[in-house]
Amino acid sequence: MADLTAARLDVDGLLSDPAIRIVVCCGAGGVGKTTTAAALGLRAAEVHGRRTVVLTIDPARRLAQSMGLTELDNTPRQVKGIDTAAGGELHAMMLDMKRTFDEVVEQHTKPDRAAEIFANPFYQAMSSTFAGTQEYMAMEKLGQLRAADEWDLIVVDTPPSRSALDFLDAPARLSRFLDGRMLRMLLAPARAGGKSMFSLVTASFGLFSRAVQKILGAQLLTDLSGFVAALDSMFGGFRARADQTYRVLQDPQTAFLLVAAPERDAVREAAYFAERLVAERMPLGGLVLNRMHQAEPAGLTAEQSEAAAAELEAAGDQSITADVLRIHAGLLRQTEREVRVAATFIDAFPHVPTTVVAAQPADVHDVDGLRTIGTLLA
Amino acid sequence: MGEHRNWPERLHVVTGKGGTGKTSVAAALALGLAAGGRRTLLVEVEGRQGIAQLFGLDPLPYAEKRIATTTGGGEVRALAVDPEEALLEYLDMFYKLGAAGRALRKVGAIDFATTIAPGLRDVLLTGKVKEATTRSENGRRVYDAVILDAPPTGRVGRFLNVTAETARLAKMGPIKTQSDGVASLLRSPMTAVHVVTLLEEMPVQESLDAITDLTALNIPVGRIIVNGARPALLTGGKVTKAEVKRGLTAAGLPASAAAVSQLTVQAQAHLTRRELEESLRIELAELNRPMVELPLLPDGVNMSGLQDLAGRLLRA
Repeated sequence: MADLTAARLDVDGLLSDPAIRIVVCCGAGGVGKTTTAAALGLRAAEVHGRRTVVLTIDPARRLAQSMGLTELDNTPRQVKGIDTAAGGELHAMMLDMKRTFDEVVEQHTKPDRAAEIFANPFYQAMSSTFAGTQEYMAMEKLGQLRAADEWDLIVVDTPPSRSALDFLDAPARLSRFLDGRMLRMLLAPARAGGKSMFSLVTASFGLFSRAVQKILGAQLLTDLSGFVAALDSMFGGFRARADQTYRVLQDPQTAFLLVAAPERDAVREAAYFAERLVAERMPLGGLVLNRMHQAEPAGLTAEQSEAAAAELEAAGDQSITADVLRIHAGLLRQTEREVRVAATFIDAFPHVPTTVVAAQPADVHDVDGLRTIGTLLA
Repeated sequence: MGEHRNWPERLHVVTGKGGTGKTSVAAALALGLAAGGRRTLLVEVEGRQGIAQLFGLDPLPYAEKRIATTTGGGEVRALAVDPEEALLEYLDMFYKLGAAGRALRKVGAIDFATTIAPGLRDVLLTGKVKEATTRSENGRRVYDAVILDAPPTGRVGRFLNVTAETARLAKMGPIKTQSDGVASLLRSPMTAVHVVTLLEEMPVQESLDAITDLTALNIPVGRIIVNGARPALLTGGKVTKAEVKRGLTAAGLPASAAAVSQLTVQAQAHLTRRELEESLRIELAELNRPMVELPLLPDGVNMSGLQDLAGRLLRA
């Protein structure tokens, strides 16, 4: 059986390192990313005295409440009731995707233009539902927090994407889109005084725009052109910011932590992400194997326990001990299965430092619970 | 063949929080409903290739491909719907675009169109599902049932509520017609959205939220499927060290203090967990929806495990 912690992740070393300014938690949905991010932030503040902000995307209601986040207001709020003896502070914020987008627009354009953009139905739809807007805005917010330079450490919980990779891809996709050939072509007729240029591209684009017009209706195309024209002035800004945040993510001041539960899909997702980080030359800090069950062997294998349980049951008394033995057998099998699943990652990435967090009997929704997870992480 | 006695709907939409095993449940349902010579289609829409991974196959193409056979000549086909392919197919069907469609793809127009119009993507995906559900050949339905491995609970309401999204942008035209058609299928008794959950706080909370959303959208909610349920052990609810020691001795097993204590701690953790699970089960039961419990598969998800789940689902 693979040793899951042959390379052990030194969480305290990471959180206390003044050179580390950003920790990004990523992984599949449902693996405990938000809780992990919050627990890391709390530990950085309480144990390592760092002025920390946790940027969460979509926290569970009770976890959010435990951190004093009762509304989406897009500004960091200080978390009360934590130990500040070490000199640290914990702040937390929930991302408001639409408001972040509005702020970006306001920053990059004049007020009358901004009003025009806000009124456009495309902007309204895109700023709240565009696939990738959430990821892009999370990056944007991260860029803003980092640029303000008032935090020792920023812990980011990535959006619950279709795939963990969306977090890396969406900003590029959005900036490619806003800066892209298609938009240029949509604008081209306006720039050329309404006459299309005679090129293959514009010819097929005319076909495209006619098809779009047929399918979606003329009003929609007018709205789209208006939207595009209004955004035109902002292209450079969008692109520059996305690129800048991307470079910050490649910098050694950032550490990516992969979070995975010991389930096939979650571990596979973590492996994809690890490959991507390596390919993009982004600093992979380590793997958090979350919710691992642990079982003291009690001198009995699963088979022995099950056989004994069957015997006791047949004998007619001691049914409680029979159940206790079945619980033991189930736990041993579960532990074995989890280690087997987790080992597929370790085998593929033997040098990625790992920390194992034991499964808790109940979900975490208060600061004490986060503190416990923080201790287990470290 | 026609409808199944316990699962009469033709379109089964399976959702659930990430990590609850909704793909496995959808696959098991597709297998179960294909038994006895029926034909089912298992569809995924998020480009995750979850079906291929589950069945140990190469990534699925945009084509309806047989992935399993069942008793009496039944079969399960699978389809991974790709929005770009769906758009091209759609353009071809209505506008006979042919080669021009491919040219559009070359300049990135298709990518552009499926990206810029929020909701268009979902209309295309659900439109394809509708087409498969209602497709007939020689006056006979091609599929006895279609099972959709849908986006997770957090996004499923928006995904299925295609009309609202497109109505904001397209007031008329074929897209509007298409989305109206999808909307009426999704709100008809032919459809049921089943919600997969674990007996854990977050998945249960998200299930409750999703059911509220779907109900508000008039989309019929089918069953609540509790996955990974633990066996009911220690139903008396109490365990003592003395008792465990007596039992181990009776079974002729070593009953050292350490062993007794380790086993008792494990049993007590089980009881704590079960108490929490019981309160979550009650929360779910209060919705008054039909509930099915599926056990945790001891050897992980494999074909015989899926068959086992399929049998349990169909009996429910």
